[in-house]
Amino acid sequence: MKSKLFIILLLTVGLVFSVVGAASASGTLVFGSSGDVSGLDPADVTDGESIQRMDNIFEGLVEFESGSTLIKPCLATSWETSADGTEIVFHLREGVKFHDGTDFNADAVVFSFARQYDTTHPYNQYGEWPYWGYMFYDVDRMEKIDDFTVKLVLKRPNASIMTSLAMFTVCIVSPTNAEKYKEDAFKNPCGTGPFKFVEWVKDDHITLEANENYWRERASLDKLIFKVISDPSARLMALEVGEVQGIEYPNPADLDRIKANKDLKLLTEPGMNVGYMAMNEGYGYIDENKNGVRDLDSEPLVKTPGYFEPLTKKEVRQAINLAIDKQSIVDNLYMGTAIKAKNGMPPFMLGYNDAIEDYPYDPARAKELLAKAGYPDGFEVTLYVMPVSRPYMFDPPKIGEAIQSYLAAVGITVKFYQVDWGTYLQETMEGNHQMCLLGWTGDNGDPDNFMNVLYGANACSIGTAGNYAFYTNNTNQELLSAALATYDEEKRAAYYKKAQEMIHEDAGWVYLAHSNQNMVFKSNVNGFVINPTSRYFFYPVVIE
Amino acid sequence: MKWYITKRLFMLIPVLLGVSILAFSLIRLAPGDPAVTIAGQHASPQVISAIREKYGLNKPLTTQYWIWLKQVLHGDLGRSIVSNEFVAKEILERFPNTIELTMLSMFFAIIAGCIAGIISASRQYSIFDYSIMGLALFGVSLPVFWLGIMLMMIFGVWLRWLPISGRISMMISFQRITGFYLLDSLITGNLAAFISSLRYLILPSIALSTIPMATIARVTRSSMLEVLRQDFIRTERAKGLSERMVIYKHAVRNAMIPVITVIGLNFGLLLAGAILTETVFSWPGIGRYVVNGVTMRDYPVVQGCVLFFASMFVIVNLITDIVYVYIDPRIHYG
Repeated sequence: MKSKLFIILLLTVGLVFSVVGAASASGTLVFGSSGDVSGLDPADVTDGESIQRMDNIFEGLVEFESGSTLIKPCLATSWETSADGTEIVFHLREGVKFHDGTDFNADAVVFSFARQYDTTHPYNQYGEWPYWGYMFYDVDRMEKIDDFTVKLVLKRPNASIMTSLAMFTVCIVSPTNAEKYKEDAFKNPCGTGPFKFVEWVKDDHITLEANENYWRERASLDKLIFKVISDPSARLMALEVGEVQGIEYPNPADLDRIKANKDLKLLTEPGMNVGYMAMNEGYGYIDENKNGVRDLDSEPLVKTPGYFEPLTKKEVRQAINLAIDKQSIVDNLYMGTAIKAKNGMPPFMLGYNDAIEDYPYDPARAKELLAKAGYPDGFEVTLYVMPVSRPYMFDPPKIGEAIQSYLAAVGITVKFYQVDWGTYLQETMEGNHQMCLLGWTGDNGDPDNFMNVLYGANACSIGTAGNYAFYTNNTNQELLSAALATYDEEKRAAYYKKAQEMIHEDAGWVYLAHSNQNMVFKSNVNGFVINPTSRYFFYPVVIE
Repeated sequence: MKWYITKRLFMLIPVLLGVSILAFSLIRLAPGDPAVTIAGQHASPQVISAIREKYGLNKPLTTQYWIWLKQVLHGDLGRSIVSNEFVAKEILERFPNTIELTMLSMFFAIIAGCIAGIISASRQYSIFDYSIMGLALFGVSLPVFWLGIMLMMIFGVWLRWLPISGRISMMISFQRITGFYLLDSLITGNLAAFISSLRYLILPSIALSTIPMATIARVTRSSMLEVLRQDFIRTERAKGLSERMVIYKHAVRNAMIPVITVIGLNFGLLLAGAILTETVFSWPGIGRYVVNGVTMRDYPVVQGCVLFFASMFVIVNLITDIVYVYIDPRIHYG
């Protein structure tokens, strides 16, 4: 009896420990991601995880060129803009079907848009539509002209709208599916994309499979599974042993180990972000009529609470730019996972001015400028240090300390100020700071989403500021507004380049870094291209 | 006995009421706003206030509490702010995962802990005794997340014996019925799924079992030592019973009462300890659910889970008290 039991036990143990099921079925890609999704309605989410799943299920009228934020046709084959720039007519692709068999047409497009802006729409109640008010405020309505033509009507010309149309928010959803599931449609996504939704086991995985009736060639992958592995060390180990074939967000400390492993490949691209230190130039305005635009007659400049005499002088701000060794900060504190920044937007964007020469690390010249400005012995200044780490600012306290020691070398004493993150954002928006560490991650990939939001004079409104240096130059704002109103890309780019020159000369910001996006795949996984907007498109991926 | 159980169940009410007030106020004391979390940092104030209104977050705190309490009394834990799903449903969906993990851990802990404690006590001051007690001390002090990573490193990456994270292999198609994977795979006769889910269970269960295992070993040892010094043991030995019989037949049974108390208490602690283990091993249980709820400031989720954990804890303690009667017939409840 006992020996029988022992044999059974031995057999069970043997079975359990035998290496089965570890090898992946070819055509199935399991991707280890850091978190689960919050929902699967493209218009009703803001978190990266949800967006990255839906990028493979849904499509919009336009889409990004591989690895960039330039747009190309997708469900719309072509479009024309009216002379005044307020109407865009889209011609839709014919013969496309949703995963549930519904035909893609103008009704589906109007449905996907109208449910977000029309409060009387029967499906408006099923979502918060958080991005609509923020990115599509200039859209008045979407109209059907015929079955395969729609017209987008804008309240005023907005050149960034075409980039915004490549956002997940305005992906086209199946109206039949929405009708069938109503408030539960977010659990049963149905689009026109290369992969179909199969199942979502909460906190564990989401399974998609290839759409056999895709209007382009069928995807090479048969199955695409997003598996949640929240711990970055565990994620890398799962990749090493082959439980998953790709992962996101590896620990910077593990990068050397990844590079040394021939079985893995590391993909690195600059991210759509910028980390900086802003110096309060002293003046902002109160946005009395809350329209987000400074009315020059009725909204005069007033001192910000953080007004500090030395920082109002351009020479001082330039001196601070010269006194900080940015390359060393990037190498040692970003641990090589970022590139040094010289402008306020990422280098791959339309209108990036590469001709600008960055302030070199030159403490001697910094001292000269300080003396010229009347501060040969320096001064004491307060720096707001972020309490949280962000992709654009890995370790704010250490970066703060580095800046402190660089500025001490030219005679400037830096004191730190730290509060919780919510209060931090509130206080800096009110202009309480003298200097602060902050940054930005872009939303849609359009330069306006950096330049106007962060550096425009209109963004100097005390209490809701996005321009944390309170750089109130109106000529610069005119350039940015003109850029938003023109659809000619060359002209737009020229406006932004000029604006960056002015911002560089004024030196209100010390631009530190653009941090990279890192992803790791098994070496036999090919075709994945990192998109600057951190969206994951698995359609071109092939397992060799 | 019936009267005793009814009395104990009634005592649940004030306990849970207290817990509900604590759960409700603690998460609200933490900085952060669920409306902002859902809407994203760039959202317009209108969107944020609309969300606040929809979920009643703009009402006074006492009103919010009453509304929630009334819901709970109707058996409704409310809807998650983030996912818009019913919290009770979400908890029940994840509960089998946590229970399966906890049960297996407890099984490991009881078997290994009791055996180690008994042997230690019967060979007091031997090298075996010292090393077991040293190990037990080590076990209580080990941080679970570190141990988890080490287990993955050794058994997953180096030896490649066991999988690293998740609930079951992604390559196995599998039908969920009760949510208990081992049970479901047996019901459907899916041997591959049974083995796979068992393989995925082992490392997290071991990581989770170390602390209770160590506690159980120490309590068993001291309780055994006490019993072994008593008169009836001397009588047994004098009667000429073999040492084996003395220990396993007579001493162990008498030494079990404190051990059962510890097991009961630890079962509750295990449910809570599962939070860390589930995070390290990406286990889709209630622990992960509550952690996500806290980071997203999803008030109904956190409140619901805390209430649920507290009820489980109280119920497990009650069961422990009932088990005493069967172990020691001298115990009566009036």
